[in-house]
Amino acid sequence: MLKIENLHARIAGTEILKGLSLEVNAGEVHALMGPNGAGKSTLGNVLSGRPGYEVTEGTVTFDGANLLGMEPEERAAAGMFLAFQYPVEIPGVNNTYFLRAALNAQRKARGEDELDSMQFLKLVRGKVKEMGMPAELLNRAVNEGFSGGEKKRNEVFQMALLQPRLAILDETDSGLDIDALKQVADGVNALRSPERAFLVITHYQRLLDYIVPDFVHVLDGGRIVESGEARLALELEAHGYAWVRDRTPAGAGA
Amino acid sequence: MATQSSEVQAALSRRYEAGFVTDIESLSLPPGLDEDTIRALSAIKEEPEWMTEWRLSAYRHWLTMRQPDWAHVRLAPIDFQAISYYSAPKNKPKSLDEVDPKLLETYEKLGVPLHERAKLAGVAVDAVFDSVSVATTAREQLAKVGVIFCSMSEAIREHGELVRQYLGSVVPQGDNFFAALNSAVFSDGSFVFIPKGVRCPMELSTYFRINAGHTGQFERTLIIAEEDAVVSYLEGCTAPMRDDNQLHAAVVELVALERASIKYSTVQNWYPGDENGKGGIYNFVTKRGECRGDDSRITWTQVETGSAITWKYPSCVLRGDRSVGEFHSVALTHHYQQADTGTKMIHVGRDTKSKIVAKGISAGRSQNSYRGLVKVEKGAVNARNHTRCDSILIGKKCGSHTYPYVEVKNPTAIVEHEATTSKISDDQLFYCRSRGIGEEDAVSMIVDGFCKQVFRELPMEFAVEAKKLLEVSLEGAIG
Repeated sequence: MLKIENLHARIAGTEILKGLSLEVNAGEVHALMGPNGAGKSTLGNVLSGRPGYEVTEGTVTFDGANLLGMEPEERAAAGMFLAFQYPVEIPGVNNTYFLRAALNAQRKARGEDELDSMQFLKLVRGKVKEMGMPAELLNRAVNEGFSGGEKKRNEVFQMALLQPRLAILDETDSGLDIDALKQVADGVNALRSPERAFLVITHYQRLLDYIVPDFVHVLDGGRIVESGEARLALELEAHGYAWVRDRTPAGAGA
Repeated sequence: MATQSSEVQAALSRRYEAGFVTDIESLSLPPGLDEDTIRALSAIKEEPEWMTEWRLSAYRHWLTMRQPDWAHVRLAPIDFQAISYYSAPKNKPKSLDEVDPKLLETYEKLGVPLHERAKLAGVAVDAVFDSVSVATTAREQLAKVGVIFCSMSEAIREHGELVRQYLGSVVPQGDNFFAALNSAVFSDGSFVFIPKGVRCPMELSTYFRINAGHTGQFERTLIIAEEDAVVSYLEGCTAPMRDDNQLHAAVVELVALERASIKYSTVQNWYPGDENGKGGIYNFVTKRGECRGDDSRITWTQVETGSAITWKYPSCVLRGDRSVGEFHSVALTHHYQQADTGTKMIHVGRDTKSKIVAKGISAGRSQNSYRGLVKVEKGAVNARNHTRCDSILIGKKCGSHTYPYVEVKNPTAIVEHEATTSKISDDQLFYCRSRGIGEEDAVSMIVDGFCKQVFRELPMEFAVEAKKLLEVSLEGAIG
């Protein structure tokens, strides 16, 4: 589904990703871990097309298409979703209106029929119930006045509604207490399916207690330095990132 | 209806021997302004002597005044002798059925389906085409409850005493340069009278439109709400494309007596000029309401997206005790548009309150200024004002300015002013796009959210219209 080869990217002249390669197939959950500054969030941003990041080398394909040549909204329509580390407030823009505009824009781009207000309301109300979100969420402005936890839960809620095929969660666990963490994990787990893949970016292992990944990758210095199964995350937790560095000869890649 | 124009001609020739042309499409006065022009205009309109004199005294006052230059706008000098002060469609219809189908078609394009609006939406529309009111609907229903809603010309003829009592009582003839000019040459406009205790049964609405080239449009609107009366009035404005700049200098006066409430909403979309700043309407308007009675209320809501230059400060004089004035505004400028707009809240009575919410959006190379005065007079014990003024910038070449003036002469007053200026953030844009929403849609969504507080004040169907207008006006703002 997603194939990243030898990706080099920089922001404001500083190279952050230095030859990253990764392949994600449908149905898989990949966790991407690493110390601060390793390039985790940069990867999420480059994949979703945030302006300001410059790809200097390498390729990324999504279902065989050149992802890097697509606009952010085209990537969304193709089935990619980024759950933001810092979700943005849009004052005055009603959540229901925003979500409907997003879903219909994606459907239109895919040549599907747009949903009318009634159809959409039915869908969105069902999702609110299913996800255990407060009903008043739909009447509030996008993320306006939300607590950190509410914002993160809202990201997962949007994901559930938009049904992407590849979801990138950028440190969705940061700043969450244990209850909110569980709610977020439940939301993600409910969406796991053979057609859908996840790239879970996190700094800490604790999220992976709840979202158990198929693969764990350690990112350091702009490339993946170690890959393994869920167990790798536990070892990292026990030994710290220095342990990986010690095991990896300088300059070597995965 | 050729007879009507020959009647006009006859009336005219009594006082003014030469100088007007009737072509096939419209009856116009030749360009130029002097006392004879005003007499001719007054004669065409079959006005009583007092009205002619009123105009002449305004004209004489105007001659002593100079065009103001304090606004943050730049414009070429206006040649007031090059403007024609009267232009009307030749065939004056007596009823809607007699209205030229082509004219109705134009209104349809502008989204004013007279028939539909009158019947379905329950809106009475007094449509002004150039200078003469061509159709007024739902008047019968209004007449039943004693509401008068007609063109200003008709009001002068039919309700002379009322007009004489109130005209110029809020905006005096010599109030300012453009108000004086308007007082001298106003051609038509709307007149609304809501008698004591009557809640107007429908939204009243007027669409003004400038059609003929080289025609200044000078409407004059007067709304009177007697004791306990309630009325909501909306004006919408559009003008077709023209290469030259046209002058529009209107005066609107509102009078609210004891416990009366007037809500006046404007959606202004005059031609803004092209993307190089060529052409467009000069919109120099004086709008003022007086809360004359205790416990009265006046609310101005405006959505301004058009005109090359806007110079406009809908104001409230809070004379009655406990009276309330509100001003809600969205002003959007793009390309080379210039807007200098805001409000004045003059607190005179005790326990008076005012609220100002102004949202400015600037794009392209436009300049957008908020200019507002909050004045608390000596006797205005416990006056309260809250002002909130937000501006948003799109792109790097536009400007946004805020000029708040506060004059307080009573120590019990509480006056608050909040202001913010921001740019549409890249983060907001990217957030929307990452959810699948295209860039232009995202911009209009964010701007719409920014204006929500003001749109809420508009009657529902016009809120939808205002939102569409912003979308259209912002086309190509990102790039």
